[in-house]
Amino acid sequence: VNAPRGGVGGGNDFQWCFSQVKGAIDEDVAEADIISTVEFNCSGELLATGDKGGRVVIFQREQESKNRLLSRGEYNVYSTFQSHEPEFDYLKSLEIEEKINKIRWLPQQNAAHFLLSANDKTIKLWKISERDKRAEGYNLKDEDGRLRDQFRITTLRVPVLMPMDLMVEASPRRIFANAHTYHINSISVNSDYETYLSADDLRINLWHLEITDRSFNIVDIKPANMEELTEVITAAECHPHQCNVFVYSSSKGTIRLCDTRAAALCDRHSKFFEEPEDPSSRSFFSEIISSISDVKFSHSGRYMMTRDYLSVKVWDLNMENRPVETYQVHEYLRSKLCSLYENDCIFDKFECCWNGSDSAIMTGSYNNFFRMFDRNTRRDITLEASRENSKPRAMLKPRKVCTGGKRKKDEISVDSLDFNKKILHTAWHPKENVIAVAATNNLYIFQDKIN
Amino acid sequence: MQDAVVSPEKTEEAKLKARYPHLGTKPGGSDLLRKRLQKGQKYFDSGDYNMAKAKMKNKQLPTAAAEKTEITGDHIPTPQDLPQRKQSLVASKLAV
Repeated sequence: VNAPRGGVGGGNDFQWCFSQVKGAIDEDVAEADIISTVEFNCSGELLATGDKGGRVVIFQREQESKNRLLSRGEYNVYSTFQSHEPEFDYLKSLEIEEKINKIRWLPQQNAAHFLLSANDKTIKLWKISERDKRAEGYNLKDEDGRLRDQFRITTLRVPVLMPMDLMVEASPRRIFANAHTYHINSISVNSDYETYLSADDLRINLWHLEITDRSFNIVDIKPANMEELTEVITAAECHPHQCNVFVYSSSKGTIRLCDTRAAALCDRHSKFFEEPEDPSSRSFFSEIISSISDVKFSHSGRYMMTRDYLSVKVWDLNMENRPVETYQVHEYLRSKLCSLYENDCIFDKFECCWNGSDSAIMTGSYNNFFRMFDRNTRRDITLEASRENSKPRAMLKPRKVCTGGKRKKDEISVDSLDFNKKILHTAWHPKENVIAVAATNNLYIFQDKIN
Repeated sequence: MQDAVVSPEKTEEAKLKARYPHLGTKPGGSDLLRKRLQKGQKYFDSGDYNMAKAKMKNKQLPTAAAEKTEITGDHIPTPQDLPQRKQSLVASKLAV
């Protein structure tokens, strides 16, 4: 069987190529270096990563130069800062990890860039701004900053702005703390550009970006008796256009769509999305693998996509009783669930993302494989993030997992997959075919081949 | 038709139950969820701690395990025993 010539996400001659890889080649990966979130900003000019050590690194795309016609601009380091620090809550005897769970960019409204970063308990609004001029010729202090002797000043001068080497500064503008008893899994900026939501295992809060000492609780699923706990919130997102609509997913594989115009506390959903399950096929693993690890609205706002352990599903917001599309990510793992439960891999939380035109979706898998599905052609492809195939503009070869019987050349058998190499976080440029894939402590950037 | 063929999922379930016969009857239920909610929780009971401090004048308490990994069980942890969380001052290797 020949691999399809056309790649996924574009026209017929589409091929994904290696562009860049960031990070160390160490054999021993330090825990702090593990990338925990990846996000392009609204224009795609900036790409942010967060890691388990609480650090944020922002890359900026260089302007396309005339010399390099065959490739798009590369992403270079623009700014890096320590967003969150480890904390210990002595009152509750709770260790608070500095790991960045999510980064979300605000739409750009002036020269500065703003992003929200969240660890388990606290959300911070960061301002990233450039400084490329400084004033010289002050009257009261000299160039070193030392105060001039006032009696020696005989004339007044007007300070002039002189160019200086570009400096990119990151400063925390707001700290939204003390609103989550449980661990924050999602943040989402609302389309009104004034508010955002944050979700933990049992509650969702609505914040105003300017106000840090108050937030509104809009969803609370904590039972009166914790013994009766049956499900938790796993992800939440604001609708891209309707500022009164948001969705949240659960560990039972359901999605609830809520309308903040209906009530102050959105415990009662407006819509409830669940795929019916065949009761005879139910097993010990059913609920665990149905747990939704990510939910993302399409850019159009008509659809949403959910990721559970083995598949990605696309839902039409107008149809609650089943998804309109289901894509198998790694169905061959269904016969490995026992060992995946024992090594905890069954609890891995994979994310998913849409391309800019909503025609393709992408999600990660094991062995540093990631998968892309073209919704129009129904073609899918498996690619690998590996330094072995990291020459500039090298084309990525499709990968295939052999599920049994004869293993063909270039195929890999299920038992040879490295389950420590997980691709949990991926991001697609909002407008172009450029993708960022986080492979443990390395960040890969791939782009389409320009014909 | 799946009547004669046992689904791969059910085969895996049988394997798991064979290895862990006492596995809870409520799959993916409260136990798993509560474990998830308690992530990061260190065993530290301030009542016990204060009583232990008072008793320490008379007798020695079991000392902390040399490894200091998991602080649970009979051992009464003290703030000194808790692993020190160092603040990260090293820059990310992505920013090189």
